[in-house]
Amino acid sequence: MHEHDVIVVGAGGAGLRAAIAAQEEGADVAIVSKLHPVRSHTGAAEGGINAALREGDSWQDHAYDTMKGSDYLGDAPAIETLAQDSPEEVIQLEHWGMAFSREEDGRVSQRPFGGLSFPRTTYAGAETGHQLLHTMYEQLVKRGIEVYDEWYVLDLAVSDEPEPEDRSCHGVVGYDIQSGTIEGFRARDGVILATGGLGQVYDHTTNAVANTGDGVAMAYRAGVPIEDMEFIQFHPTTLPSTGVLITEGVRGEGGILYNEEGERFMFEYGYANNDGELASRDVVSRAELTEVNEGRGIEDEYVHLDMRHLGEERIVDRLENIIHLSEDFEGVDPLEEPMPVKPGQHYAMGGIETDENGETCVSGLYAAGECACASVHGSNRLGGNALPELIVFGARAGHHAAGRDMKEAEIPTGKRGDWEAGDVDTPVEPGDVPGTGAGDAVADGGAAASDLDPDELVQRATERTQVRIESLLDNEDGRNHAEIRSEVQESMTQHVNVFREKEGLKQALRDIREAREKYAEVGVADQSRTFNTDLLHTIETRNIIDLAEAITLGALAREEFRGAHWRKEHQERDDENWLKHTLLSWNGGSPELWFKPVILEGEDKRYEPKIRSY
Amino acid sequence: MSTQLPEQVDDESSADEVEPQPEAQERRLQKKRDRAAEQERQRQAEEAEKALDDEDTYHLKVFRYDPEIAGKKEPRFDDFHVPFEKGMTVLDALMYARDTYDSSLTFRHSCRQAICGSDAMFVNGSQRLCCKTQLSDLEEPVRIEPLPHAEVVKDLVVDMEHFYDQMEAVEPYFQTNDLPDGELEEQRQSRENREKVKMSTRCIWCGACMSSCNIAAGDNQYLGPAALNKAYRFTMDEREGEEMKQQRLEILEQEHGVWRCQTQFSCTEVCPKDIPLTEHIQELKREAVKNNLKFW
Ligand SMILES: Cc1cc2nc3c(=O)[nH]c(=O)nc-3n(C[C@H](O)[C@H](O)[C@H](O)COP(=O)(O)OP(=O)(O)OC[C@H]3O[C@@H](n4cnc5c(N)ncnc54)[C@H](O)[C@@H]3O)c2cc1C
Ligand code: SF4
Ligand code: FES
Repeated sequence: MHEHDVIVVGAGGAGLRAAIAAQEEGADVAIVSKLHPVRSHTGAAEGGINAALREGDSWQDHAYDTMKGSDYLGDAPAIETLAQDSPEEVIQLEHWGMAFSREEDGRVSQRPFGGLSFPRTTYAGAETGHQLLHTMYEQLVKRGIEVYDEWYVLDLAVSDEPEPEDRSCHGVVGYDIQSGTIEGFRARDGVILATGGLGQVYDHTTNAVANTGDGVAMAYRAGVPIEDMEFIQFHPTTLPSTGVLITEGVRGEGGILYNEEGERFMFEYGYANNDGELASRDVVSRAELTEVNEGRGIEDEYVHLDMRHLGEERIVDRLENIIHLSEDFEGVDPLEEPMPVKPGQHYAMGGIETDENGETCVSGLYAAGECACASVHGSNRLGGNALPELIVFGARAGHHAAGRDMKEAEIPTGKRGDWEAGDVDTPVEPGDVPGTGAGDAVADGGAAASDLDPDELVQRATERTQVRIESLLDNEDGRNHAEIRSEVQESMTQHVNVFREKEGLKQALRDIREAREKYAEVGVADQSRTFNTDLLHTIETRNIIDLAEAITLGALAREEFRGAHWRKEHQERDDENWLKHTLLSWNGGSPELWFKPVILEGEDKRYEPKIRSY
Repeated sequence: MSTQLPEQVDDESSADEVEPQPEAQERRLQKKRDRAAEQERQRQAEEAEKALDDEDTYHLKVFRYDPEIAGKKEPRFDDFHVPFEKGMTVLDALMYARDTYDSSLTFRHSCRQAICGSDAMFVNGSQRLCCKTQLSDLEEPVRIEPLPHAEVVKDLVVDMEHFYDQMEAVEPYFQTNDLPDGELEEQRQSRENREKVKMSTRCIWCGACMSSCNIAAGDNQYLGPAALNKAYRFTMDEREGEEMKQQRLEILEQEHGVWRCQTQFSCTEVCPKDIPLTEHIQELKREAVKNNLKFW
């Protein structure tokens, strides 16, 4: 068994920042990551990182824009923390040597981004994430922080008290991809999940193949509530053939969207008369799909994004890698032709419920980054707000896990504050994989295991995982995960996409149920212990099924239209009934849905919901 | 090619003009032309069919090896025929082969957009990122092998430890004693200086350059192009200051440092991020020389 004070799962922006912070507090910290840190998906972020750095801007304005962008579903304590901490964190990155783009006077450049009232998106060309990830990894090397790379975390060691709020987390179970050994990792002070996005739930996504939402699914099965899962951001400008992202920076610099008739539809059809192309992502995504659905799309599939008029010099200076992406992955030279674009899954606004210190309701378990939901983005994330979230909440989780005294959190977690039970009318009984009982829920809230000491808990989780892996490998002739995975992805793309309606959502639930039944027969053909990706993808597929279900259940429950969540039957934002978060927890193997109110009370003001118009 | 037959017909027709009975001649000629046209139609149809076939499937020859499984321990090549769609990359083809024919086919990949650096392989004899390589740019059969000069773990996966060690040997982190006062003040950098280091910051640690380098293949301790480029990134960053620059140059001047490079340019040729590696190494050599002069 490996032993450390703090164990960080995942080595993207959030995980690296958390590890550095924990070490700053003097903790012995280790990162366990299924990818080598520099392979993490944070490297793909393009456009930039928001922080109020300049005269004329303020954290208050950043917070206000974020709250408005969230369509009033963000929690003020989290949003204000983001806006307050990000300037310092961004300058910290600069002091670590990050190669930001520069102004004439040598200061870092900032540019306009959708939904921002000030050009506060700091950037490094169109490769901000790459620069950020590498800069932080360099700091990790400098500090000699231990990394178990290509170790896949399969499970959490969480105690078994009946109520999740009484449970505690003592470590994780890791699987060495190279050798196939399974080992326990005991965390004396805390475990921080920083496992990133879940884009692989969909078949057209900007996310990496590794983004299978493992951390969210593991936490969910351990009884930790997951929040606002229905809010999936679709990015309006992805390349149709691969899902590769064309940064919002293109529109920020003045790129224009055209339909097949050559009309600048954002203005001409009045989708966003003030902001045009720079309206929020949800607005632009819907506008594009409306054009396509009404027959004004190109090849009935996409629209054009044109940046030729910006001139070669400006494009090369600020958006150079867009030229390469468009050429390599779509065969279009954007200096000569407009780029084809359509909406694609991009970001999960929901995730593991945490407070503004990054802690979940299970003590010793933290989450940060895209897998977490401190509720910064509410129902719609503004571009450039995810990267500051990684470093702000990564750092807070790291400091807190390593023992720094933090101000008591204002955001309640678990069933601690105000909450009300929810009910969804589903066509099928959601839940577990048939035939495997509730046994694969991590903490099933029954056993008298709370008497076990932490080492024994980790040991028990390790043994349980060993049994699970053995049984997957035993079933050599079982079904292949790839088929099940793609059925779920296709159903989600068809039914739980930008536009949603009740019947479609129900159909998705039926499809997911079918996938669960098939998954009960899944097996792993590759019998090797060495680098068995067949086994890993099989495990990831289970996570995809659980998360697809959570997203769909949330979408069915929320009977209103807010942010990225559009419902055919409910075309109005309903503040009276729906200024609340959806929560799902899987306690003892079956999902339960409930709600908690949004916190609009900020440090010195209350955010009053206004109609979001652009 | 397609104009060949009609031309022949034309030649013949001009030769035939001297023949007496022009009408019979004309008929015969017409028949010949018709036959030629028919042949040409057939040939074109066959070509089109072949082209379609070619476009339909791509033939991959993929290196296989598993140290553990009997029958797979002996390295071999497996053939896969993958249906082709426009825009398909080598990575797409590998994923298709794995998901449809053999789930044990093993390779690293993640971002699909040339930024995670995990799917560098040896494709038709050169180091490439599979996700960035269009199938249609390659000769068939497409041979896919693990990166040369690295230990194979399984199938197309190689051990990257040595590469990481070399990267980390050059103190690949920003070091400065000269931070501005005030927490919210950035350390200014001129646009020119950022421009100078820009290309060097683009490295995605894919290992293609190292794998293509003859010197690195022969000298296990040679830092190699990627690590030297990493060193360039910091050495040339004006924010680190002169003192640090000297210190960095000392690391680079060591026995297995910059002087090993014999400017063969193979690294520069394969780098998927177009980093002018050889040029960067040459520039470091020049700096090293200048550096020595200072002390003499
Ligand atoms: C194409 C693209 C462009 C974007 N551009 C921007 C932008 O311009 N500005 C902005 O603010 N945001 C942007 N975003 C969003 C932002 O980049 C992401 O939300 C963010 O990088 C996620 O970081 P993370 O640290 O949470 O996760 P990741 O960087 O995805 O890291 C996840 C880590 O977890 C590890 N992991 C996962 N599962 C396991 C497991 N089971 N066991 C062990 N380890 C595991 C992985 O190995 C990886 O190291 C963009 C996103 C995409 C996809
Ligand atoms: S320098 Fe180029 S080839 Fe070498 S590791 Fe970096 S990106 Fe790959
Ligand atoms: S898959 Fe990431 S570089 Fe090719």
